[in-house]
Amino acid sequence: MNKINLLKPDLNNLYTYMYSAYFLIFISILDVFLNAFFSINITSFLPSFISFVLPLILGLIGLHFLRIEFTGIKNLDLLNKHINTNNFNAFLTLIIVFVIIKSIPPILSWFIIDANISGDTKDACTGTGACWTYIKIWLRRFVYGMYPNDEQWRINLSFISLLGLGSIGYFATEKFKKYLTLYYVIIYPFIAFLFIFFFISGGPVFFEFSYGIIAFAGSIIVGFFIPKKIKIWYFLSIPIILYISLKYFFFYEESIDLGKLDGFNWVETGAWGGLSLTFIVSFFCLIFCFPVGMFLALGRRSGLPTVRFISIGFIEFWRGVPLITVLFMSSVMFPMFLPEDFFMDKLVRVIIAISLFEAAYVAEVIRGGLQALPRGQYDAAKSLGMGYWKMHILVILPQALKLVIPGIANTFLALVKDTPLIFVVGLLELVGMLNLAKTNPEWLGFAMEGYVFAAIIFWIICYAMSKYSYNLELKYKTER
Amino acid sequence: MSDPIIKIENVNKWFGDFQVLKDINLEVEKNKKIVVCGPSGSGKSTLIRCINRLEEHQKGSIVVDGTTLDENTKNIEQVRAEVGMVFQQFNLFPHLSILDNCTLAPIWVKKMPKQKAEELAMKQLEQVQIADQAQKYPGQLSGGQQQRCAIARALCMEPKIMLFDEPTSALDPEMIKEVLDAMVNLAKAGMTMIVVTHEMGFAKEVADEVIFMDEGMIVEKAVTKDFFANPKSDRTKLFLSQIL
Repeated sequence: MNKINLLKPDLNNLYTYMYSAYFLIFISILDVFLNAFFSINITSFLPSFISFVLPLILGLIGLHFLRIEFTGIKNLDLLNKHINTNNFNAFLTLIIVFVIIKSIPPILSWFIIDANISGDTKDACTGTGACWTYIKIWLRRFVYGMYPNDEQWRINLSFISLLGLGSIGYFATEKFKKYLTLYYVIIYPFIAFLFIFFFISGGPVFFEFSYGIIAFAGSIIVGFFIPKKIKIWYFLSIPIILYISLKYFFFYEESIDLGKLDGFNWVETGAWGGLSLTFIVSFFCLIFCFPVGMFLALGRRSGLPTVRFISIGFIEFWRGVPLITVLFMSSVMFPMFLPEDFFMDKLVRVIIAISLFEAAYVAEVIRGGLQALPRGQYDAAKSLGMGYWKMHILVILPQALKLVIPGIANTFLALVKDTPLIFVVGLLELVGMLNLAKTNPEWLGFAMEGYVFAAIIFWIICYAMSKYSYNLELKYKTER
Repeated sequence: MSDPIIKIENVNKWFGDFQVLKDINLEVEKNKKIVVCGPSGSGKSTLIRCINRLEEHQKGSIVVDGTTLDENTKNIEQVRAEVGMVFQQFNLFPHLSILDNCTLAPIWVKKMPKQKAEELAMKQLEQVQIADQAQKYPGQLSGGQQQRCAIARALCMEPKIMLFDEPTSALDPEMIKEVLDAMVNLAKAGMTMIVVTHEMGFAKEVADEVIFMDEGMIVEKAVTKDFFANPKSDRTKLFLSQIL
């Protein structure tokens, strides 16, 4: 047996130090654990202050004993290298472990043990924990807002279909890969728009769109057989003529009552709400703000003074005003400037307002990416004879956008979390519905549950987006 | 003698108050190889960047293969499609594979069918001996390989004139030779070339004429043999004594 110096643990007495350290740390954690979970203080015979700090002291001594270099025991070496490098780090580690142990019981009891989920009324909530009954009863409202219960399948169907159509990219074969960008940038948003207006809104808008689709799809199919010379004139005139003739001379519009289409009741946008509205607003704002932001970024770096100044003015204007005023203006002020018979839905106005607002931020993020590219890339593209658009689409933007994926993801996350602000114009998405439910006289006093619920939902959405953006980053990573 | 393919008359250029090019007059005939040398900051790079209008000249005129370079974007793009350029920093497109780097411009600018463009690209890559790297990305290649790829990329546009802007200055010494070899082969194939370089060995081997520039002016322009054997101006003598 070598001499033991308690202040300087060494390799010679490794096991002595190790086992006494394990014992001390075990005691200290056990003390905190018992205290937290069973309210038993095993050191109650000591003065209260010493009893309070004893686990910390024991743990510190234990970790000090453990701090031996090159023990050859893998886990112990890892522990020493990452956590137990000096007394201060050991102290922080212990504090964090204690706080976690201490906080588990109250959280558990609030969320699960003392919580209630049975019953249909407020009276069912007798425990001291959360009242999930409240969430259960109001779930439909939180997800669908004031949308009529019988019609909610329309929202579900739309969302499921859009999700299905959105995942087409994963199944596309090589042959169709090159059309994917076109699909996602133009066709998919259009289909989404159709779904929202046809299924979720369910109004006569359907006719307009059906005519539009018939006109365009028809003329594009015929367009393949048109000689090249007159193609431009053909595409400029025929779809519009076809659309107008369908709209004014087609008969089946009169044969069906405008307000109803096979039982599809018109649900005005004021009744939409809850999580589904959060999705709708976020989805369209994301889709619109990105291209607008891209053009603004290019515009701000353009050599043409008019384009540049308009872009700068636009960006600085929208960045300079708070979103809440933008929303307020869009719903209250904007209609005053419109002709009397011109009507634009409140939701559409809000989506446009948020899109323009976020586009200014996206523009600046993308501009950062454009500026990060070396000038040589522009030179090389130009020297190969590419014009402005070819250079940007083929060479500059693919690289710049790849660089700014983290920044774009940041902006998009902020956008999703900004959507609750639309309450100022009377649209109630998830948080808006929570606020409404919170003030219902039958269900007073459950604000906490509501906000925790919303926080979890938002966290899931945002974490998914953040993960997705990270995957994109990895996917497009190339060595420079 | 045939008409000059590049005709530069009284070209002046300023960066702010600083005059980089002073009354440059130069005529380059088809299939000639011109080497431009001179101390740094003498305007060599600016001069050849003016030839495909990566830089704008403010006075004088530049006519390339019958097309005058002016504000007209169409003219500029036409000239650029006919004039290939190789840069000091390679400037390959890092997001595309070597093959895609070479086929991008032929497909999108010259509207060549993809298959034909790929055949052409492979042929050019074969010429510079990096055909086996075609599927890699620029970041995975050495400097010399990247520069050879840049030469192949420029050649895929089937240019009439090639401009080289210090193509070997950013390379490790042992990689310079492989790039110079590729350029020598190109010269032997009869390409019209203007090369800004400090490689005097290369100049002696392939150049028809050597131009010496200093402070934005062409100080001396002579047939290669005369230029090295008996330079006329003192400035040229000084320069040659320093680098040879």
